[in-house]
Amino acid sequence: MPIQVLMPALSPTMEKGNLAKWLKKEGETIKSGDVIAEIETDKATMEVEATDEGTLGKILIPEGTADVAVNTPIATILADGESAADLAKAPAPAKQEKAAESAAPAAAKAEAPKAASAPQAVAEPDPEVPAGTEMITQTIREALRDAMAEEMRRDPDVFVMGEEVAEYQGAYKVTQGLLQEFGARRVIDTPITEHGFAGVGVGAAMTGLKPVVEFMTFNFAMQAIDQIINSAAKTLYMSGGQMGCSIVFRGPNGAAARVAAQHSQDYSAWYSNVPGLKVVAPFSAADYKGLLKAAIRDPNPVIFLENEVLYGHTGEVPKLDDFVIPIGKARIVRSGSHVSIISWSNGMTYALKAADELAKDGIEAEVIDLRTLRPMDTETIINSVKKTGRAVTVEEGWAQSGVGAEIAARIMENAFDYLDAPVARVAGKDVPMPYAANLEKLALPSAAEVVEAAKAVCYR
Amino acid sequence: MAAPKKAAASSPQDKTDGGSPPEFTREQELKALRDMLLIRRFEEKAGQLYGMGAIGGFCHLYIGQEAVVVGMQMALKEGDQVITGYRDHGHMLATGMDANGVMAELTGRRGGYSKGKGGSMHMFSKEKHFYGGHGIVGAQVSLGTGLAFANNYRSNGNVSVTYFGDGAANQGQVYESFNMAELWKLPVIFVIENNRYAMGTAVSRASAQQDFSKRGVSFNIPGKQVDGMDVRAVKAAGEEAAAWCRAGKGPFILEMQTYRYRGHSMSDPAKYRTREEVEKVRHDQDPIEQVRNRLLASKVSEADLKAIDAEVRDIVNASADFAQHDPEPDASELWTDVYR
Repeated sequence: MPIQVLMPALSPTMEKGNLAKWLKKEGETIKSGDVIAEIETDKATMEVEATDEGTLGKILIPEGTADVAVNTPIATILADGESAADLAKAPAPAKQEKAAESAAPAAAKAEAPKAASAPQAVAEPDPEVPAGTEMITQTIREALRDAMAEEMRRDPDVFVMGEEVAEYQGAYKVTQGLLQEFGARRVIDTPITEHGFAGVGVGAAMTGLKPVVEFMTFNFAMQAIDQIINSAAKTLYMSGGQMGCSIVFRGPNGAAARVAAQHSQDYSAWYSNVPGLKVVAPFSAADYKGLLKAAIRDPNPVIFLENEVLYGHTGEVPKLDDFVIPIGKARIVRSGSHVSIISWSNGMTYALKAADELAKDGIEAEVIDLRTLRPMDTETIINSVKKTGRAVTVEEGWAQSGVGAEIAARIMENAFDYLDAPVARVAGKDVPMPYAANLEKLALPSAAEVVEAAKAVCYR
Repeated sequence: MAAPKKAAASSPQDKTDGGSPPEFTREQELKALRDMLLIRRFEEKAGQLYGMGAIGGFCHLYIGQEAVVVGMQMALKEGDQVITGYRDHGHMLATGMDANGVMAELTGRRGGYSKGKGGSMHMFSKEKHFYGGHGIVGAQVSLGTGLAFANNYRSNGNVSVTYFGDGAANQGQVYESFNMAELWKLPVIFVIENNRYAMGTAVSRASAQQDFSKRGVSFNIPGKQVDGMDVRAVKAAGEEAAAWCRAGKGPFILEMQTYRYRGHSMSDPAKYRTREEVEKVRHDQDPIEQVRNRLLASKVSEADLKAIDAEVRDIVNASADFAQHDPEPDASELWTDVYR
């Protein structure tokens, strides 16, 4: 029976890609290991190798086709003795089939885009964007790259360092093109040495340079957390204001997809505990851009928490010469009067989906994207809760000592008399992140849990 | 476990290159004497004030090691940075920081270099290019490599002098920094102050490779063992290392063989070594006595030396006076300097 070649998944979070090129023609003999096609993601072009032998029977997806979903049959291979007449016998693709094992790169270190499936519908206009501004559609990955490039053009003291940021163009392709524009002096590949290069960055910042230090993921920054907290966050205070450091530590934070406990952890609460640090964790593409530019200009150390799952998401980014969003301001993304849902980063995905669901049941949720965790925009939260009388926090991190716990405390301190129900928290489950797909899903928050919590505080 | 006899018994001079270091001019000898004496008298006074309860927390004295910073400082030029760990008072004075400001920081007063918010282990001076004062053992090595990175980025011809001890030399980030420093040819002199004890642990009990000048071998960083009790040897080695760095050849390691007379901190009774061992180093190798004896032999009068003594004592006494009478920081300072 003919064998189907399926569109391969090239990374943990890839959902689709472009079929760039066929390297074999129909009727050509194929040996195991032959490169048969090239697949393009928005960060890389990957070769697809055959795992079966035979003759290329039929090309099902012609080259140049964009957005081919993972697991879509792209060709059939005929075994010895089979002919084109047998093609009809090819099986329908099984959904759970593991595609193209041979083409999968080192899983933990690579990524490809995911479909822009998250609800990015924005009810409230962004006050930072002047009315009538032209918008461009960009992935978050591109927005981050543009923010860095713009700041590097503006200030020769800004440089980027980290693992694979230069020649490889970024492990997640966030620094794509920076080496070509700014050269190896300002875009620096480091050895795999997080503790050391974090310290080198802080030392350089103490002299007045403005490093942007990329961690391949914040999970690896635990090796460097001493330099981040003891050196970067505390020096200004310990020196009586004489010496501080303007530095950005950035990289993906939180759960990726199917990379298990050591690569899936949310550090929002960890860093937001520390005075001397600013902590930013945006959700929309425009915020990623405007806030990264603000972070680079900030004279203090800034932890800039990105989300790997969001890198490939697209959003509208204002086409302005210098679009900077001030650190420390939350944004009401959807207004409502029945319950306040407060989240940030990828937690917003669940919050916004839940708000859509709740609206169907007549519950109008006000959704607040915190954007910055430290300093926290308490005022926006409190004003909203005074209006709604109910609040739900949503985070991917653990509940204990989490950011949601902090928000709940601030609401209690500042708006206790306005509350009609106890604040509810939706958070990651109190376990290390499991690998199995079903368990991973259970460990993360969901829109359904947010809906349930919102209904509970509304006594519905 | 092996007894620490071998390291404890060996003299700091044993492994040093043969031959005497280049002679100092009379002016150099006098300057070295004055700068070392200032550190010693300052530290003695700090010890006293600690005993009186005027200085709190940890207080690590530099007595015995004075020739290292003073000799290195004589090898540097304006703009070269200095960074070190927590045994840092000597480094501050050697870079020219004001004794009043340092002592007042020790007593936690508003006139201290950090307005009283840093204390003994955390002081900085942008003006004197002194980058701290770091309380986490080994952290300053990556930071100092970062200072050198900045020199390289700016092509300013300056050198970062990054001090750490034989104890810190076993930290992982030291080797991460060695690797980057050599890979990127950064102008950094790693000065390992081997005073033979990491707190109470003799070098032989903690270090598989006790020749610290070889700690950069696997990164191709050249290293040298130096008699850290002879200020002339220190200066000569510092000049060699600085020239290497300024020529764009990358980092250089100097193992300074030295000795601390006092305990690790004020609360250390130093039971891990004998009184005789300390007395022998003091008697045979004291860095200040070496200079004083050479000066006397070269017909400098006792009176001239006494004048230096007096000048130094005046500075130190004034600093102690200032540090005890300067007010504590205003309560509002609690909330300042967290962000800028």
